[in-house]
Amino acid sequence: MSEKKELTCIGCPMGCQMEVTLENGVIKSIAGATCKKGELYAAKEVVDPRRIITSILPVDGGIYAMAPVKTATDIPKGDIRKCMECLKTIRIDAPVSIGQVIVADLGGTGVALIATRDIPKR
Amino acid sequence: MISKSLVIIGGGPAGLAAAIAAYDAGERDILVLERDCVLGGILNQCIHNGFGLHTFKEELTGPEYSARYVRKVEERKIEAKLDTMVIDLSNDRIVTAINETDGLFRIAAKAVILAMGCRERPRGALNIPGARPAGIFSAGTAQRFVNIEGYMPGREIVILGSGDIGLIMARRLTLEGAKVRMVCEIMPYSGGLKRNIVQCLDDYDIPLRLSHTVTKIHGKDRVEGVSVAAVDDNRMPIAGTEEFVSCDTLLLSVGLIPENELTRKAGVAINPKTQGAIVDESLETTIPGIFAAGNVLHVHDLVDHVSTEAELAGKNAVRFIRGLDKGSSAVAIETGFGVRYTVPSRVHPAAATAITTIRFRTDNVYRDSYLSVLLDDERVQHLKKRILTPGEMEEVLIPAKWLLTRPGLKKITILVEKE
Repeated sequence: MSEKKELTCIGCPMGCQMEVTLENGVIKSIAGATCKKGELYAAKEVVDPRRIITSILPVDGGIYAMAPVKTATDIPKGDIRKCMECLKTIRIDAPVSIGQVIVADLGGTGVALIATRDIPKR
Repeated sequence: MISKSLVIIGGGPAGLAAAIAAYDAGERDILVLERDCVLGGILNQCIHNGFGLHTFKEELTGPEYSARYVRKVEERKIEAKLDTMVIDLSNDRIVTAINETDGLFRIAAKAVILAMGCRERPRGALNIPGARPAGIFSAGTAQRFVNIEGYMPGREIVILGSGDIGLIMARRLTLEGAKVRMVCEIMPYSGGLKRNIVQCLDDYDIPLRLSHTVTKIHGKDRVEGVSVAAVDDNRMPIAGTEEFVSCDTLLLSVGLIPENELTRKAGVAINPKTQGAIVDESLETTIPGIFAAGNVLHVHDLVDHVSTEAELAGKNAVRFIRGLDKGSSAVAIETGFGVRYTVPSRVHPAAATAITTIRFRTDNVYRDSYLSVLLDDERVQHLKKRILTPGEMEEVLIPAKWLLTRPGLKKITILVEKE
C-alpha cells in the first residue's frame, strides 16, 4: 500500500516543503528536500515523530504558584494529549528542585516528568 | 553615594553573562541591579525547550538555561540587588536606584553595562479600532499569566503577529485546553523560526494566515471577536475581504522594542533602526564607560547569542576600567543593499580582537544571493546564501588582519548581492 505524507523541514529558514512516499510503512522516496539534513529529518519525522513536552504544575506552599516541568526525553507525538491529561491530575508540594523527578513514567510512555525550576518553600 | 567598579543594569541573561565574564576577567567590585524579585529575567517564564543548543550543546528550557547562569553568579558571590528599580543614569555614570530596604540611593560607577532587555509593542502602537474590552494581552503577558501565575487568559484565542512568542503561546494555550482560532501575520512571511511554525502551529492544526491583519476588535466589556482582513502589498486592508472571527481573547505578538529610557537619559546615541544604542566593537556606546548588550542593544532570536554578546561587554567593561586605550581612529561599518542594520556600527582597528563579530538583519527575504563584505571598495567576502530572512539574525566575522593591513581604511560595508 502506497501512502504520501507532506511536511515542512525545520532544519533552516528555507523551510523546504517535502513529500515522503511510503510503501507498507517503508520510505520509498523523499521529494522536495534540498539537503541531506532535510532528508534525515523527513525520514525520522514521518516514521517516528517525537516531541519534548513542557508544561506547568500547581505547587502548594511554594514562593510561586506554578512549577515548570518537562518530559526527560522526547515522547511520541501521538502521546502528547494523553500526557497532558495526566498532568491535570498532579499537584506537588514545595520545595521543588530543578531536575527533580515528579512522575517516573508519564502516562505509560516510560519517560519521566521532571521539574525545570527550583521552587523554594514560601 | 556608593562607589562601584562595574554596575550592571538588569539581571536577565545579558546581565548575568556580563557579570560572570567581568568577574572571570578579574573584576571583583561588581553590582547587578534587577527590578524583579529573582534573577533570570524573561527566561523564567519561557518554560518551553530549545534554549542553549549553541552554548551547552543540549536543549534546555528557559528556567534551566537561566539557572545555570544564576548558579555561576552565586558561586562567584557576585552582589545582586533584587526588587531594585534603576530610575536614572547620568552621562558621568551615576546610577540612581530605589528599593524597599535601601530607599533611594546613588552609585558612582567606573563602568556601566546596560542589560535591560526589551518589551513588547502594545496595542497602542497598532491603532486597531474598537473599544477597550478585557481580553487583549501582549503574548508575553499571557505567557507570564499562564506559566508563572497559573491563570488562563481566555478560551477562544486569536493571535496577531507570528513572532516566536506568539507561536509559542499558540501551542501553550492549546495544550492547556484553549482553542486557538488562527495566527494572523500582516507580512507575507512569518517572523518566527521555521521550527516554531511546524511544532507550535502545524502540530496542532492552527492556521497561519499570512498577509492578514486584525482590522477591528469587537466587544465592549470583553472581547467578543475580531475582524480579520487580507492586506495588499502596501500592508493596507483590502476592502471586501473582512471576516468576523469569534474569540474572547486577542494576543498581540507584534514586535519587541529595546527598553532604552535610561540609555536616553544618559544621552547615549540611539540607532533608529534597532532602537538600541550605537556601539563600537567593544559594545561601548557613544558615552565612555557605558556598554550595552543583549536585547536592550538589538532584539535577538536566540538567547545563546545574547549570552556571548554580553560576555564581550563584560570583558570590555573590565578593559575600560583598567584604562585600555582603543586608539582614536575608528572604521565605520555601513549597511549596503539589503542590510537593515549592523551591531557594532564602528570598529577601532587598534583595539579589535582577533575576530570581530558583526551581527545584522536583512530587510527582506533573499534567496540564492550572496553576502558580501567590502573594505572601502575592495570585496573581501562573497558568501553564497540559499536564504537570508529578517527573522534570523546573521553575522559576519572580521579578522583583525583585514583591519591592520589597511592603515587608511575608512569603511566596512556589509551588503546582499544578487550575483
